[in-house]
Amino acid sequence: MFRIDFNKLRFLVCDDNPHMRRILRTLLHSFGAREVYEAEDGATALEMYSHYVPDIVITDWAMPIFDGLELAQMIRQPDSKGNPYAPIIMLTGHSEKRRVTVARDAGVTEFLAKPISAKGLYQRILNVVANPRPFIKTKTYFGPDRRRNTNAAYMGPERRVGEKHELLQQPSLLDKARSSI
Amino acid sequence: MAKNSAKDIEVKAFATHQIITQPNPLRKVIRRVDEKDLDDPVGRAEQALAGLSGEFKDWMATEINRLSAAYVAVRNDGFTKERRDELFHAAHDIKGDAATFGYPAAAGIAESLCRVIEHAPNLEKVPAELFTHHINAILAIVHENTKLDSISVSAELSRRLRKVADDYLAHVNRDRPEHLEVILAPSIVPAEQG
Repeated sequence: MFRIDFNKLRFLVCDDNPHMRRILRTLLHSFGAREVYEAEDGATALEMYSHYVPDIVITDWAMPIFDGLELAQMIRQPDSKGNPYAPIIMLTGHSEKRRVTVARDAGVTEFLAKPISAKGLYQRILNVVANPRPFIKTKTYFGPDRRRNTNAAYMGPERRVGEKHELLQQPSLLDKARSSI
Repeated sequence: MAKNSAKDIEVKAFATHQIITQPNPLRKVIRRVDEKDLDDPVGRAEQALAGLSGEFKDWMATEINRLSAAYVAVRNDGFTKERRDELFHAAHDIKGDAATFGYPAAAGIAESLCRVIEHAPNLEKVPAELFTHHINAILAIVHENTKLDSISVSAELSRRLRKVADDYLAHVNRDRPEHLEVILAPSIVPAEQG
C-alpha cells in the first residue's frame, strides 16, 4: 500500500473566487499539506510559480488578467528558466468536451470539473504524483503526453511518426473528467 | 524538489517530435506503508469540508448578490463586454460552487444561464424574461432551500428552465453549427451531481 506525504508537497492554488480558495486550502491541509500558496489571478500565480517553485499547480480556468489556460501555456515553455514540467490540475466549472480538449492541448495534466469533491481532488493529486507521464515536444505542443490509449489504425495529421506506439494505461482526460471522481 | 537537474532529463528525438522523460521528481513523497498504517485523507478532508458548511449559506448569499448586481447593471445600461463578462462570471461561479454549498438545483440553473450568455448570437435580443426567470429562480432556491419540500420543486424548476433555454439556443443558433454542436452535446459532468 502506498501513501503520499502531503507535508512534503508544495501547492500553488489559483482561483479568483475566495470561497473556492478557502475550500481548496481546507481540503489540502486536511490531506496533510503544509505549504499552500494562493493567487487570485493568473498574473500573480505566474509570479508565485517562479518564486515558490510549487510541486503541483491547481488552477481555475476563468480568472481576471489572464486565465488558467494562459497560465498553463506560460508555465509550459520548454526553454523557460523555471520548471516547465510541474503537474497542472485544472479545476473548473466548465464542463464541455471541447473545454477538456483545449485544456489538454494547453499542457494541463489533469482536469477536474466542479463541483469539487475531496475524493476527486485526492485522486487527481495521487495520479500526478504516482503516474507522471513523459513530456512531448512538437512544433505546436509542449506538455504531458496526450495519448492515454492506443489506436494503431489512426493515421491522422497529428500522428507522431518514428516510434513504436506506446501504451499508457490510463483513461483519457475526457473520460476521467466525465467520471468526476 | 519538483525539478530534476538537466542531466536527469532524457530526450529522444524523432522525426516529428521529442519524448522527454525524467525520474519522477515527486517520487520522494510516495511511501510504502502497511495496511494498518493507512489513514483516510479523503475522509478527513470530507469532515473538514463539513466543518465549513456552516458558512456556505453566507457564501451563497454573496454569490447571488453579485449575480443580481451584475444583472441590474446590464438591465440599466445594456450589455458591454465588461458587463457581459461580469454577468457570465457571476453565473459561472454559482455553477461551480452552488452544489458544494448545498444548492445543486441553483448550480443547474446557473449553468443554463451561462449557456445563454455564451451561445446567444446577440445578447441584446435575448428576451429579458429568459434572464430574469433564471436569476429569480436561483434567488428563490437559495432563499427557500431550508424547506425540504422545496427540493423537488427546485429540481423541476431547474429542468424546465434548462429546456426553455436550450430550445431558445437551438432556434437562434440553427445556422451556426459550431454552437449548435456544443449546445446539443451532453455535459461531461454526471447529471446526478447537478
